[in-house]
Amino acid sequence: MLDHAALSALALSLRVAAIATALVALAGIPAGYLLGRRRFPGRELLDAAITLPLVLPPTVVGYYLILLLGRNGLLGGPLHRWTGWSVMFTWEAAVVASFVVALPFMIKTSRAAVEAVDPMFVDASRTLGHSELWTALRVTLPLARRGIAAGAILAFARAMGEFGATLMLAGNIPGRTSTMPLAIYGAVAGGEWGHAHALVALFTGISALALFGANWLVRGAA
Amino acid sequence: MKTAAALLLAVFALTVARPASAADPALVSAALSLKAAFTEIGALVASAAGGPPAFNFGASGDLVAQIRGGAPVDVFASASPKDMDDLERSGMLRPGSRVDFAANELVLVVPAGAGGRIARLADLAAAGVARVAVGNAATVPAGRYAAEVLASAGLTAALQPKLVPAENVRQILEWVARGDVDAGMVYATDAMTRPGDVSVAATAPADSHQPIVYPVALLASAPRPDAGRAFIAAVLSPAGRAVLARHGFKPAVETR
Repeated sequence: MLDHAALSALALSLRVAAIATALVALAGIPAGYLLGRRRFPGRELLDAAITLPLVLPPTVVGYYLILLLGRNGLLGGPLHRWTGWSVMFTWEAAVVASFVVALPFMIKTSRAAVEAVDPMFVDASRTLGHSELWTALRVTLPLARRGIAAGAILAFARAMGEFGATLMLAGNIPGRTSTMPLAIYGAVAGGEWGHAHALVALFTGISALALFGANWLVRGAA
Repeated sequence: MKTAAALLLAVFALTVARPASAADPALVSAALSLKAAFTEIGALVASAAGGPPAFNFGASGDLVAQIRGGAPVDVFASASPKDMDDLERSGMLRPGSRVDFAANELVLVVPAGAGGRIARLADLAAAGVARVAVGNAATVPAGRYAAEVLASAGLTAALQPKLVPAENVRQILEWVARGDVDAGMVYATDAMTRPGDVSVAATAPADSHQPIVYPVALLASAPRPDAGRAFIAAVLSPAGRAVLARHGFKPAVETR
């Protein structure tokens, strides 16, 4: 039932979701902080633009990613000419697709968490002569850590389940770019129902374990 | 947490890209309906010719979008001539490489054990039939063929209120198997994958629709053309044809 292809799909799913979540945290926490702390023209417009990947069907997001990153794409074209490398149909493409669709979860939740921090503490830190950066790292973000952790867990879950955008940009190549959701889709499409059910059971179990572990870590840290 | 993130980034940065070399196996983009047969045929390709290819199975329309976007694909096999025509018009196929390798039939399926209430296409017009699943004619090749069949039988107007469009053939099979619809129109090869759940009530006459043929071609931008040609040769070989026949495909009458 669980052949090499299934295990490689599971390993790939975990690897892609973990890397995508790390990148989402690196990009999303600073963005959420800035949106929560600073008032600048076009702030709400930027927030709305960031949230768009949540609204658009993932297949559409994937299609635009091809236009942007494909070998003939806006960015992908020059990259391919200079390096001979293109992200399309590589496992990194699955990371890119997951990053784009998971990022809004991180930004939205960290923005809300940063906005919920009592400004009294922030003002106190600034009055005592600490810089904005020091205050952010030692006061604001630690106080917002529960919300930020929730955002990371949401982003990880979304990355694990990413299907539509990945299918377009990474393709569904067994053993190379087939993440677990793509492998399940392939099994169903090939009429292999027993295999599909086994994959779903395995994927659900592992995802539940991963999310349980993440929650436990967060509670330990908070 | 920060250490973990740094480690993951290092892993990501160290993944060095490697351009394809001629000895690599081919990459074949193929319609989902070909999955079982092509996986078997792939195993027939000798390692001297690049070995079993890597497959990218998807909906024909998505595969075309990927190829236009520059996906490093060698061979394209589609479930209908239309998508292949698109690429051919854009000059994206190797001239002379396109060939029809299989054909299919459109059948009317009903839930297994539904009795003989529906035995002909015309029976769909009866009052007792509430819902008939067909592919979405705009996006699913099976839907386009189904629309042609209904039109040639003069049933389009009578059935319009009963039709439930699906985005792929598997959806139709699932609805029919569970009895959510009274009947559905799928390919003969699809009906074969659920023998215990659906039964074939009727087969559409061959002259009631455009020929259902499956074209395969080498792409002009193929990074591994020799390995791609080796796979196409395997599909057309006697052993390849035998695999296709075992999965219910009919031999293609060369129309080009």
